[in-house]
Formats: sequence, C-alpha cells, structure tokens
Amino acid sequence: MRKIVLTAALVAAFPAMAQTPASGGGDTGGGIVRAAKPVTGEQVYTQVCQACHMADAKGGVGAGTIPALASNPKLAGAAYPIMVVTSGKGAMPGFVGTLSNAQMAEAITYVRTHFGNAYAKPVTEADVAKMAKPAGAGGH
Amino acid sequence: MDSGVRAPTRRQLLSAIAKVGGTAALYQAMTTLGHAAETQFHGPPNLQGARPGASVIVLGAGLAGMLAAYELRKAGYKVQILEFQNRPGGRNWSLRGGDTYTELGGATQKVAFSPGNYLNPGPWRIPHHHRTLLHYCKAFGVALEPFIQFNHSGWIHSSQAFGGKPVRFNAAAADFEGNIAELLAKSVNAKALDDTVTAEDRDKLLEAMKGWGLLDNNYKYSPSLKASSHRGYERPPGGGVNGAPIPSKDLYSLHDVLDPQVWTAMGFFMNHEMQTTMFQPVGGMDMIGKGFAKQVEGLITYNAKVGKIAQDDKGVTVSWTDTVTGKAVDSKADWCVCTIPLSVLGQMDLQVTDEMMAAIKAVPYSGQVKIGLEMKRRFWEEDDYIYGGHSFTDQEIALISYPNNNMFKDGPAVLLGAFARELGAYRLAGMTPEQRIEVALAQGSVIHPESYRKEFLSGASVAWSRVPWSLGCCARWNEDTRKQHYQTLVGMDRRIVLAGEHASYVGCWMEGALLSSIDAITRLHKRALEA
Repeated sequence: MRKIVLTAALVAAFPAMAQTPASGGGDTGGGIVRAAKPVTGEQVYTQVCQACHMADAKGGVGAGTIPALASNPKLAGAAYPIMVVTSGKGAMPGFVGTLSNAQMAEAITYVRTHFGNAYAKPVTEADVAKMAKPAGAGGH
Repeated sequence: MDSGVRAPTRRQLLSAIAKVGGTAALYQAMTTLGHAAETQFHGPPNLQGARPGASVIVLGAGLAGMLAAYELRKAGYKVQILEFQNRPGGRNWSLRGGDTYTELGGATQKVAFSPGNYLNPGPWRIPHHHRTLLHYCKAFGVALEPFIQFNHSGWIHSSQAFGGKPVRFNAAAADFEGNIAELLAKSVNAKALDDTVTAEDRDKLLEAMKGWGLLDNNYKYSPSLKASSHRGYERPPGGGVNGAPIPSKDLYSLHDVLDPQVWTAMGFFMNHEMQTTMFQPVGGMDMIGKGFAKQVEGLITYNAKVGKIAQDDKGVTVSWTDTVTGKAVDSKADWCVCTIPLSVLGQMDLQVTDEMMAAIKAVPYSGQVKIGLEMKRRFWEEDDYIYGGHSFTDQEIALISYPNNNMFKDGPAVLLGAFARELGAYRLAGMTPEQRIEVALAQGSVIHPESYRKEFLSGASVAWSRVPWSLGCCARWNEDTRKQHYQTLVGMDRRIVLAGEHASYVGCWMEGALLSSIDAITRLHKRALEA
C-alpha cells in the first residue's frame, strides 16, 4: 500500500489514528481499534467505499443491489453524492462523524474523476460542510 | 410461623397480583421483588383459534421468519415461507470445510477446514438472559455448551502502550486497579475528599482500596505476593524445595495501564450482553437454524427472490422469481410477516404507506468482518494456557477469539482471527479474501509471534457489507431514527407486519429477532380475529 504522508496541517486537524470504541448496540469485539486514517481520495475510496462499491466501483447484485458508481450520471452534480455520503441512503450509513469533511470531499472528488466519470470540478471541504448534518446519537 | 398468621408464599402473592392486575402488574411486581428484570420474554405466545382457511405468507427463513411460521401454523393458519437462499437460518450461519461462499463482487471462497471445524460468520455467542432463544433451543432439541466469554489469561495488545507488546489481561487489569486504588487512597489521605466523603466512609474507602487494589500497608501498589495473587507471579507457588512463590516485579506503569485498551477490555465484560454465562450451540451456530427448520419442514420455498409485495382489502400478493429456473410466481395469502432485512426490503416495490417506506429506508446497516483461521495445533492452549475467550488488539482485526470446544485435542482447530467493525471492517471488507487472510495473519502474529504463521493452514472470511442476501450485518438505529421511525416500522401496515432484529431494541442479536417475531405475530393474530 502507498505510504500515507500527512501534512502538518492535517496532523493538527486530525489525529493520524482514528480510535473506534465498541459501539453501544449489538454483539461487538470490545476494546478499541486504531485504524490508520486515509487521507487522499484514493485512500478513502480503497479503505472505506470499496467495502461495498467494489474495487472497480461497479457495485453488485444479490437479493438487493449495491449501486455502481462507475459511469454514473447521478454524479454529474456534486450535491447528490455529498448528500448520500454525509447522510446515507438505505443500507448505506452517513459518514458524518466517521469521516472528516475533508476525507468525504476527497473521496467524492476521486470517484467523480475516476471509474469512467469525468466531472472535473473538485468537491471541497466547505461544500461538504454545508450539507453535513451532525450524526445522530448512537444506541441500538 | 410465630405470628400465627400465614404469610403468602412468593408464588401465591405473584399469582394474586396477576389475577388482579394482569401480566403487566405481575411483571412489575416480579421486577420489584428482584426477578425477571433481564428479559421481556414471558413464554411462547400460545396463539389459538385462527379463522378456518386463514393464511399467512412469511418472507425470509431466518429465525424470526421460522418462529413466526411455527407459531402461526400451531394457531391454525396455513403458512408458506419464501427464502432467497438455498438454506434456512439467514444470518444464523456456519461455514465448514467443503462449503463454497461467493460474496458480492464475485469473489468465491472454498472453505478448506477439517471435518468438525467451523466459522460462525454471524451470531456466535448467546447471553444467559436471552430467554426466548434459550427457550426455543431447548424446545427444539438444540444442544448448547458454554461459550468461554471471560478468560483472564487472554492477551491485551495496544500499539501505544506496553512498548507495543501484548500483555496478559489479568496483569493489566490488576495493575489498572492497583494504580487507581493507590491514587484514590492518596487523595483520601491528603484530605482531598474530606468535603465529599464522611469520616466513617473515608475509613471504609481506604480499607476497600487496600483490599480491592491489593495495596500494601502504606497504601502503595507495589510488587508483592498480594499483587501477584491477581496479576501472576515471577515464580508461581510450587512443591518441594523451590515451592515458595516469587512475586512478579515489573508492575505496569500508570501511564501504560491508562491506555484505553485496558479499561475498555475490562469494561467490555461488564456489558449486560457480554456477562457470563454465555452459550454456543454444539457443532456450530447453524444448528439453531437447522433446529428451527425441522419444525417448519415442508413450509419453506428456497431460491425465491421477492420483488414486489402488494396488498388490498382481501389479501397480500407477493411476486417472486425462482432464481434457479427463472420462473416468475405470484403467491397470495391473507396476511404477511416480512422479515427481509431493511437493507434489501427498501429496494423492493412495496405497497405500504409512505411513512412505512420512509422508516424502512431510514435505517443503515453495519458491516462487520469475521475471519476464521485454521491452525495445525492449539498453540494458544499448549504454549499460552489460553482455553477459549478472547485477546484484544487495537489493530483492525480487533480480537482473536479461541475455540470453546474440543480443548486439549490434537489436530487442527479454527480460531476467530478477526471481528472487525467500523473503519477496520471497511478496510478489510474492501480487500480480496486472500488479502484479508494476509492482514489477519500479520496482525495476529503480533499477539502470537512464534506460531501464528507457522501453524496456519487455511482461512475463510465474511465481510457483511458484501453478503449478497443482506448487504450488511445489522440494522443501526440511533436516537433520532428511533424517535422518527421505530413505531411506524413495527406497526402493522394493513396486512403486512415486519419482524426481525431490526424491529427490536435487542438489535443485532437473535433474541431481538425472536422477541420481535412473537410481538408481530401476536398483533397479527389479534388483527386477523378482529377482521
């Protein structure tokens, strides 16, 4: 994997390791997990989005469907992907509170400029901040 | 009795309360008397007297669906179950040698475990207070055995404490308690707590800290036989010439034991659902699904992919496709119990209210990852004296959990090499199955450096975000979604009622699925009799 290079500003803004305590509900592993924090859009995509949308961004079909992000005209406007990534949609959780606005912006920009998508205008941290509602309190 | 007046027995008292106030009053009274506070299960529903010819279609042959079918058929309904997979049980599932599993995206794993070994990708342990599940396991002849939940000899590993080396749970926990007790005793003796604690309680507190924290006469936590009695010895007590124990000398520092991995691991076992005693089915978790399936034999149609659920004043029509033959079928019934996970259900064509549809689509799913690793021998038992239980790590795998059965046996055994969640799970899920095994081996080797790779035979992984029939592991409610949508979701939508762990407050547990199912069919039956 590519080495993660953190700028001084990023280190100040976010600790390099995200500490995840066991969440309130359900059967869980216990203890805390410190996962390396992805920074670039490609890193966020590989380490987060790819879990469902696949390495080729083509999604998958079983009893239900994980939508393809590859060659997806719904990504033409930035508002829709920002809304989905921040607030979630159906089975997909919103990522406010899990990822920073900068990480979400990088990932959306990456997907909109790769996998057969060519929407060159970058999504900024500020664009995400405008739509990112705080995450609901946990529980089960 | 010396008063001459006979006091009622507890049983007489409770039955009198039940007669006057009904079961709610009984429950309240039992709780006050110190009973029954651990469960909402009050016995099987005992539904009776369905209208002649009345029918129910159940969607999903997981535990919620099979229990609904079992109880409703007993009540007199004509019942049919449609299931997407080719097996019963749903998320109640075990992978064994010879099994093949294809995840979304197409990656296929052929499991190569030895006979008798298994991975439980979903549920794997049962709290002793999950009375509904325990009741039906007993009723359906599913044998249970202890699940070794709390093992003081497991390892705790933090990348940021103890020099990155794993330490034993008992030593870390003893040193945490010792260090905290010493600090608290110091505060008392420095009169820092004189404003908040009475003189009498200060003495009792000091005594407690000394006893609980294993402090010496100067209220210091120091190397001693006393401290070693919790954390372990340099030389344990023995026999003969060198029988005298030698206390362990290098106690862990306050700085190290304050690493959150220590107290979160300790606190983990205090969680209501993580408290001992816990159980597992003998032979793999899917023994429960199979036990339930035996009770509804002949009712389940497999390989049925539901696309549409319609309803009108007369009944429910479910449109589905046979995934083997491609044949499209419409099935009709008077009522429908739908246990399809919301992640999948939300993508279907449903004739329900807008509010119900919004509720179904409002709940995201978690995506845990589990990895089973088969090892040539039980090195954790033979080399580390660990028999069942867990080791915790702050790496993505989160834990290693050791098998709770067949202890002391020679030959291969399967351990749980990862139970990843949140960001750790996303990262592992995004990998190929081969890459996941490699990460699990690399991270597990930090805990067991001598043996992990050397003894490894084969592995299997399940990333729940890529499970084709659920697109996730469990429904994740939060306070806002509970407030906005929960009551709508569990309410009857004309002829359709939902059931499953997602329709409960015992989310992500089999118990939640069963409690939800009992509640749903009880209301359905009442509605059917009133109709």
